[in-house]
Amino acid sequence: MADDDANAREDVHEGELAEDAVEIPDDEVAAAIVEKFPGSRFHRSHGQPVVYVDRAVFADVATFLRDEQQFTMCVDVTATDHLLDGVRHAPPGVATERYEVIANYLSHVRNRRVRVICQVSAREPSVPSLTPVYPGANFAEREVFDFFGIDFTGHPELTRILMPDDWDGHPLRKDYPSARVPVTFKGDPQPR
Amino acid sequence: MTEIRSDEEALEEQRLERQTSEGAQELQPRPRAQEVVITGGGMWPEADPLDDTMIINMGPQHPSTHGVLRLMMELDSEEVMRIKPVIGYLHTGMEKTAEELTYVQGATNVTRMDYAAPLSNELVFSMAVERLLDLDVPPRATWMRMMLVELIRMSSHLLFQATNGMDIGAVSMMLYGWREREEVLRYLEYITGLRMNHNFIRPGGVAADLPDGWQERALELCETVERGAAEYDALLSDNPIWRERTIGIGLITTDECLERSITGPILRSTGFAWDLRKAQPYLAYDDVEFDVMYGANGDVFDRYRLRLSEIFESIKIVRQCVEKMPAGDYRLQDKKLTPPPRARIDESMEALIHHFKLFTEGFKVPAGETYVAIESPRGEIGCYLVSDGTSKPVRLHIRGPSFYNLQSIEPMGTGSLVADAVAIVSSIDPIMGEVDR
Repeated sequence: MADDDANAREDVHEGELAEDAVEIPDDEVAAAIVEKFPGSRFHRSHGQPVVYVDRAVFADVATFLRDEQQFTMCVDVTATDHLLDGVRHAPPGVATERYEVIANYLSHVRNRRVRVICQVSAREPSVPSLTPVYPGANFAEREVFDFFGIDFTGHPELTRILMPDDWDGHPLRKDYPSARVPVTFKGDPQPR
Repeated sequence: MTEIRSDEEALEEQRLERQTSEGAQELQPRPRAQEVVITGGGMWPEADPLDDTMIINMGPQHPSTHGVLRLMMELDSEEVMRIKPVIGYLHTGMEKTAEELTYVQGATNVTRMDYAAPLSNELVFSMAVERLLDLDVPPRATWMRMMLVELIRMSSHLLFQATNGMDIGAVSMMLYGWREREEVLRYLEYITGLRMNHNFIRPGGVAADLPDGWQERALELCETVERGAAEYDALLSDNPIWRERTIGIGLITTDECLERSITGPILRSTGFAWDLRKAQPYLAYDDVEFDVMYGANGDVFDRYRLRLSEIFESIKIVRQCVEKMPAGDYRLQDKKLTPPPRARIDESMEALIHHFKLFTEGFKVPAGETYVAIESPRGEIGCYLVSDGTSKPVRLHIRGPSFYNLQSIEPMGTGSLVADAVAIVSSIDPIMGEVDR
């Protein structure tokens, strides 16, 4: 308990106002994660259990889910850029950063899902890779790297996957305007 | 004098040579494992520089790659030693586009992702928006949606039967498959107005009510497709050539599927009966009777048989929908969410304003995030949606099942023959629009 309080105070100190009380996990898997990784925050988002964890333990949570909680599949890994958010959605006690990396897990054995989210700063966009734990995250992490420029440390081959290899910039970042690259047609005499 | 180097140094050098900015170029020819056998007579040179393995690119434009999939294969004569999919040729930035479209326009965008099963995309998007709004759609809309996605599952699996047959060499199968699929598309056109990219399932319900006489036509369609699918079964399942080409080819185990996030028919073909329609029911799948099909061996034949059986299950569900379709509204009567009927616009100023506001500004969705997953014909299709309280999403991510399923090429294709690689890609049934988005 003391740890939790200290963390809560720290978060307040970092500029995030913890106005409401921290949610108590009513989901057993989420409760296990919060217990195992102090500093995690539980949130029930439209009926779905979500745990906000520290990015340093992002891959450790995956290992924990796979080895101890029978989570058989990492269904999806993706990211969000919150640079231009009107209203930023975040549960109390979470120190928000520009990026969020989201992993959705599914346990076929227990027939339940859990979503794990970590905050990633713009200054140092890197997260421990889930690919060594769940090989299925390979393509998804490459996609996130491609679109957001978030580095997954420990990924076996972090290269662009959908954009051309010599592409400049990361298109799904909010400071990357669409139509930045003019449409070019083959044989068009004048560059537009 | 030969330079003496430790093995480690040599390996490191090899690794550095391979390391290029394009991961796709990693495949390098390497000497064949076994020594060249000299047949005597001194006819053969001692070390033939051509006696390496061969790197071959199949695609991105190849009839059997289902669009613009590029496969890099390292071949030792006919045997595939390594195989790697290279994707991105159809990338059109749909997730970026989605951030600039309102929730009203969003369905138009997502429907173009998995173009063989557009209604599944619309459904998962609409369900995600409704989850953020905490809305329940009327029962008639739910049942209509269920019927439509089952029809699209039929159409998608018929397309698979056609292309799979063609890839393996049963070219007449292609014509038969298209024939029945055409009937399904014709029926969908009759309901939604469009053959493909329907934009019919929208947040709040569906776009229009069912037209008169839809029951008879649905039952007729079921009969047609049933007859067709039975024909395929008779044509292929016991055909010795077909069995030779498919049984024991492209094997994958349940564990390999699970760890690689592979879902849908590929996972079920390994003997793991996981179907979100049964496991985590959505819409009204609780109220209809159907079975989850699963295979045993996880080979190309099982995947073909499984999809064929799923056509019959979908027919079952459509028949139950015809029987049990509830009366009532086909969409929510919420003026802020769904447009007023056309006739009201001429009579009521308020309706006109609502109509105008809805199609210019759209409706606002409270800040939040959610992930919704349903079973598309190819596996788990998910929609991760983040809102910041405006009328456009901050982030719309579609978890395309084909994108993840492509990761199964590696375990399935390694060690197979080139001709079987075609059968394997075909049995994954990837839709590149969804892979590249």
